[in-house]
Amino acid sequence: CNKMIITIYTSHIYKSIKTCHMHFKILARTPLILPSLLLQTSLSVFRLQDFSVKRRFSDFLGLHSKLASKYLHIGCIVPPAPRRALWVRVKVGKEDQSSNEFVEKRRCALERYLMRTVKHPVLLKDPDLLQFLESPELARAVSTQALSGAGLMRMMNKAADAVNKMTIRMNESDTWFEEKQQHFENLDLQLRKLHGSIESLVCHRKELSLNTCQFARSAAMLGNSEDHTALSRALSQLAEVEEKMEALHNEQANQDFSLLSELVGDYVRLLSAIKAVFEHRVKTWQKWQDTQILLQKKREAEAKLQITNKPDKLQQAKDEIKELELKVSQGERDFEQISKTIRKEVTRFEKERVKDFKETIVKYLETLLHSQQQMIKYWEAFLPEAKAIS
Amino acid sequence: MQEGLDDGPDFLSEEDRGPRAVNVDLQTDATLQVDISDALSERDKVKFTVHTKSSLPNFKQNEFSVVRQHEEFIWLHDSFVENEEYAGYIIPPAPPRPDFDASREKLQKLGEGEGSMTKEEFTKMKQELEAEYLAIFKKTVAMHEVFLCRVAAHPVLRKDLNFHVFLEYGQDLSVRGKNKKEKLEDFFKNVVKSADGVLVAGVKDVDDFFEHEKTFLLEYHTRVKDASAKSDRMIRSHKSTPDPQEGLKSLFFLKVSELFEKTRKIEARVAADEDLKLADLLKYYLRESQAAKDLLYRRSRALVDYENANKALDKARAKNRDVLQAETSQQICCNKFDKISESAKQELIDFKTRRVSAFRKNLVELAELELKHAKGNLQLLQSCLGVLKGNT
Repeated sequence: CNKMIITIYTSHIYKSIKTCHMHFKILARTPLILPSLLLQTSLSVFRLQDFSVKRRFSDFLGLHSKLASKYLHIGCIVPPAPRRALWVRVKVGKEDQSSNEFVEKRRCALERYLMRTVKHPVLLKDPDLLQFLESPELARAVSTQALSGAGLMRMMNKAADAVNKMTIRMNESDTWFEEKQQHFENLDLQLRKLHGSIESLVCHRKELSLNTCQFARSAAMLGNSEDHTALSRALSQLAEVEEKMEALHNEQANQDFSLLSELVGDYVRLLSAIKAVFEHRVKTWQKWQDTQILLQKKREAEAKLQITNKPDKLQQAKDEIKELELKVSQGERDFEQISKTIRKEVTRFEKERVKDFKETIVKYLETLLHSQQQMIKYWEAFLPEAKAIS
Repeated sequence: MQEGLDDGPDFLSEEDRGPRAVNVDLQTDATLQVDISDALSERDKVKFTVHTKSSLPNFKQNEFSVVRQHEEFIWLHDSFVENEEYAGYIIPPAPPRPDFDASREKLQKLGEGEGSMTKEEFTKMKQELEAEYLAIFKKTVAMHEVFLCRVAAHPVLRKDLNFHVFLEYGQDLSVRGKNKKEKLEDFFKNVVKSADGVLVAGVKDVDDFFEHEKTFLLEYHTRVKDASAKSDRMIRSHKSTPDPQEGLKSLFFLKVSELFEKTRKIEARVAADEDLKLADLLKYYLRESQAAKDLLYRRSRALVDYENANKALDKARAKNRDVLQAETSQQICCNKFDKISESAKQELIDFKTRRVSAFRKNLVELAELELKHAKGNLQLLQSCLGVLKGNT
């Protein structure tokens, strides 16, 4: 039962002449007893309840690439890291709204990423992750450009394409995998559609907010030019209400985005990781099959050699066959292991997904509720003003 | 709780059926009552059944109906504008041309795309578009009715002969629309008028602001309608993510998509109500204030004519030529100006009263409707959250 809670704060932004760096302070709270890597003791000791370190964005990407390289191919669903933006618009020195928004978006994404990673029972025991969370100094991640989330995805997709291009299809003996793959493919399609809809909802709400703002200004001007005093006042009040509505719409759009859109986006990326994991299983199977075919060939060759009189070659063949037999068993074991791991991972993933969506949707509905309550307040204040026109 | 939630596709509830009094505050007068009792929408025209009830001796019967088309309303309006006798009155603005093109296009597109969507989706969209068409139709009927009622309520205009012919004459009035030459003449007249418009003084330029309102408000409502359409798309996507394995989760998502469906309907009603109470109000007063401006323009023109006539008279006296002619001309201009001024004053006062009361009524109703819908939404959200949170 893992209850580590990660909070990320943005740290100061260095203003160097050429570059601009952002530090993220990770605060991890845990009631767990963790084996300490640094103390190098064999006993588990209570770590500090809260421990915090400073990390760069590239450090997160480096962490992900290490975890992916270690665990993806054995069937663990490693949560993908947030994407590196194509261009980083952090204006040095200026308190710019768009760069603030960008920083906040990134901070949230990193927080979600790290939370998902530490919730994974296998990954939590990984020394690289522990070092990332605990160690005050971390070796700078090398060439994370190539190993960025996007880069890794590209590599995985290439592998996936290679698998698909193979003419030999896997004889699936276990329908569970077929069903699950189909299920995830459908889910992927629907989540992408949903993501698209949410994005256009955000867009429209922002437009609504803008238009409401313009209308509010017009209404104010109309109020100014109205010579009947009570009506003039009422129109000005209407303008104020509409201004408040504009703020509400804007806020709601932000919630639409940060709660719903990001959640769905995260899951679209997670599904890509799942797809990669399934493909690794196929690769593992393929490897096992290839080894078996090779073994068969070698046995046939050995049989032929039995007839001829070449004792050296015969011994070599026998040795190779022994090696291959071991490889075949290993291949079978690997395949069974990855299949077992994937089953466990998928079950865990589905449970998490349900919980995640449910929590987020409830939170989102609460924001809608709050909006409506505010709206009621504003219109209730306006009504007597309208009635006061005589 | 149910009163706020209307599951039907009809955007306009029955209470909104009679908008004849929405924008204009009229006293119902037994001597002459006019309304549009029926309307028929044909391919490219709308036929209004104008129904009159009157105790006036001018008419052959006490109650009768005729069928009129939009062009005939315009003809009537224009005949008022061109009548010198009515120069001193605010001519009730002509109703806008019925415009179903957009709606009709949408219905056509829907028909073409029928194969590409599920039967359920198709029926739903069809119902929505039909409701939209119906709403536009009701509105255009209301606009035409308001025009007639304003004329009937005006102490002078109601006696106009053309008006009586309009109401009573059983046959087609055969008013062809203006031909090209006439339209060109109108255009030039308008150009002259705007140049002369500088003469108009004493009325604050409320019209620019009305124009402002109209544009932005129209956009605003398109956006609200759009936003509700988009949240509908979101619901549709949301609805299609059930997990066959986890029954509980299905129920969860089902509840949520139900919720969004309902709130979307409420949002659509909000948009429709805002359209009715705010946008239409502003649009109508945009036209009426233009009519008021026209009145002031005519008055200024009369003043200029009077001043010119004075100058001509002085010149004539100085040269001692055509003095009598100049005197009569001056007298005519003077009378005309006085007549217009007198009635204009009263008209403008009435206009202000009407405007203030219409704004009051609509703003109050707008606020009440916004509250009703917000409370409806709130209740939906609260009950949904209650279910979801209880369902761990």
